[in-house]
Amino acid sequence: MSFMKLTASALAVAAVSASAAAARDNLQVAGSSTVLPYASIVAEAFGENFEFPTPVVESGGSSAGLKRFCEGVGENTIDIANASRAIREKEIKACAEAGVTDIIQVRIGYDGIVFASQLDGPAFTAFEPADLYNALAPKVVVDGELVDNPYTMWSEFNAELPEAEILAFIPGTKHGTREVFEEKVLAAGCETTGALEAMIASGMSEDDAEDACIAVRTDGKSVDIDGDYTETLASIDSNPNAIGVFGLAFYENNTDKLKVATMSGVEPETATIASGEYPVSRPLYFYIKKAHIGVIPGLKEFAQFFVADEIAGPDGPLSAYGLVSDPELADTQAMIENEETM
Amino acid sequence: MTDATASGAAPQKPASGSLLELDARTKRRNAAEARFKFYGMAAVGIGLLFLVLLLVSIVRNGVPAYTQTFISLPVELQAEKLDKNGNRDPEEIKKVSTFGYNPLIDQALFRVLEENGVESPFEKGADLRKMVSASAAAEIRDYVIANPEKIGETVSFRVLASSRVDGYLKGRVTREDLARDKNLDAEHLDIIDQLKEAGAVARTFNWSFILGADASESRPEQAGIGVSMLGSLFMMLVVLLLSLPIGVAASIYLEEFAPKNVWTDLIEVNISNLAAVPSIVFGILGLAVFIQFMHLPQSAPLVGGLVLTLMTLPTIIISTRASLKSVPPSIRDAALGVGASKMQSVFHHVLPLAMPGILTGTIIGLAQALGETAPLLLIGMVGYIASNYPDGVASGFLDPNSAMPAQIYEWAKRADPAYYERAWGGIIILLLFLMTMNIIAVILRRRFERRW
Repeated sequence: MSFMKLTASALAVAAVSASAAAARDNLQVAGSSTVLPYASIVAEAFGENFEFPTPVVESGGSSAGLKRFCEGVGENTIDIANASRAIREKEIKACAEAGVTDIIQVRIGYDGIVFASQLDGPAFTAFEPADLYNALAPKVVVDGELVDNPYTMWSEFNAELPEAEILAFIPGTKHGTREVFEEKVLAAGCETTGALEAMIASGMSEDDAEDACIAVRTDGKSVDIDGDYTETLASIDSNPNAIGVFGLAFYENNTDKLKVATMSGVEPETATIASGEYPVSRPLYFYIKKAHIGVIPGLKEFAQFFVADEIAGPDGPLSAYGLVSDPELADTQAMIENEETM
Repeated sequence: MTDATASGAAPQKPASGSLLELDARTKRRNAAEARFKFYGMAAVGIGLLFLVLLLVSIVRNGVPAYTQTFISLPVELQAEKLDKNGNRDPEEIKKVSTFGYNPLIDQALFRVLEENGVESPFEKGADLRKMVSASAAAEIRDYVIANPEKIGETVSFRVLASSRVDGYLKGRVTREDLARDKNLDAEHLDIIDQLKEAGAVARTFNWSFILGADASESRPEQAGIGVSMLGSLFMMLVVLLLSLPIGVAASIYLEEFAPKNVWTDLIEVNISNLAAVPSIVFGILGLAVFIQFMHLPQSAPLVGGLVLTLMTLPTIIISTRASLKSVPPSIRDAALGVGASKMQSVFHHVLPLAMPGILTGTIIGLAQALGETAPLLLIGMVGYIASNYPDGVASGFLDPNSAMPAQIYEWAKRADPAYYERAWGGIIILLLFLMTMNIIAVILRRRFERRW
């Protein structure tokens, strides 16, 4: 008969939980794994300094986070989505369809994207966008003609680069980092090598050519990493010839294993990224559901705390971890104060 | 039939060789046997070698996580900084954020250096503070809020050293590694060496790794597995409370009462199939059913437990049915013979005899569930989650929490190499739990199982 009691108690537990599920007192944040470290630092300090419980921060990628953000309004949905890119029109529409209409967009700062390789591997110390395009694009311009990418060594198209096999670990398509890589590196390289022109000359429409510009070769020389930077680091660790794409903060935590390459002659540092000299950088965002302000305790306080000078400012812990602080932080603070939606 | 006639048609020749001298065929057979024994031993040897490699690497990588470097700091709790109005009101003291405590830590550091006669190239407190964990300010603030009467006095704190200082004392970080690192400089290590000599810096056993909460990316030195251990505990409670009664009831019915027909056969086959379903499938099912449809809270151990229950049920049902089957029919017949009802015969006689097998199966099922990570990824139990201790039983089931394997996975993917060490340390604890559970299962089986 003890089974009966056990079953009864189990059912009771389930019933209690279902009724108690209605009250949530902790903030729930999800999204970009690039923003995760910053969000976790802020969440921890928030829990220490306020009476609210420490918010919960999940990762999973910008797109996954925004998708969950757009599932609807209510305690069973997340309050904040972290993103390493701006929200897309498509996503705003999906949000609106689910009833998530008032969204506050908060830019927390900038993040540099760096190209790094094994510390004692070949001397990948300076890249131009054109080099990466030549190495990774499916079609490149050779002697004025658009051909399938024939290159297997870096030195074949740029004698200054080491004579090493081409192998690059780039972020997978679900990462916001991929978009920046495509825009700021591949598309730029496509233009400077003349591939864009050649594509248009061969009869492609401009849009198609731009899409073709950001494609990567599929013969195994460019490898998509769907996991986190640690996965890229592990791949670099076992391939001395490989280069990988990392966030600046991740690189700065692993300088004992990685060396970084300059892009267009500029060293990636917080200063060069802030000034815009280093070309491959992107803003980091989080998105707040305005409907949850006042419903979920601590939401507005958390957002204000996140962009406060002592946190996101140039001397704050986020900057110490690798975030390039936003010069227009004061505007962002005012925006959150007034709860201005997009 | 044809075999029989064939062998009958050609009778074997009587053996012509000597018993003492092996003929070629026997030698070949013996050699084959010797070879097979060797293969067997080699297979066992390789297996053992991998086990030893695994254990050695786990212990070697994980043990450093159990010690941590602390710095002893005499901090002057200046009244003018912490309580400007001087009325020692906790509400007013709380207004000073952790950032307000940093100058006190800087001052304490300068004081320690001075007292121990250590030369320092650093002029700015912020540079010197790189040696101390960011958790120090929170620790001191919590102390001041709890003991407002101590404001104005100098209190000695044992604060955590930053992860790189700790890594240096553990041999993970060298001066060369710091050459391009902006988190710490080689000069800091010179200071640490001298302070260690003076006894102000020491590496001791770190209970907070076992009992503490998770920490953010910037302070691995503070992170502990305690909260996610609680998360695992609550999940296992859900699994036990649901899967044991459901599983046992289902198997008793199927084994003892159900008619044998197409339907029960179909159910039987499907239970075996369920046992082989990859756990991630249960994860996505849990996301769809428990979170999106039933609106149970995200990241809650309750949902994790429900998902793992689905995963554990087939294991428990299969092992329970096997142990019910192994109870000889004579027991049932005897019970029925003296007038017991079917239900009495099952619950009074068969079930107690099958209990050791059922419990063993349950423990093995729980151990499997305890080590499962994949389904937890989908229901939001991976991330910076295990940061608050649950306030009570209900909050333990419902508040967001992680679980041990999910916490280990999360640590393994964080940027700071110090987290990597903690991931290995967490694996040691997880393995200890699994080993304990398996040993209990073995003891139960040895002690109580009856064979007929």
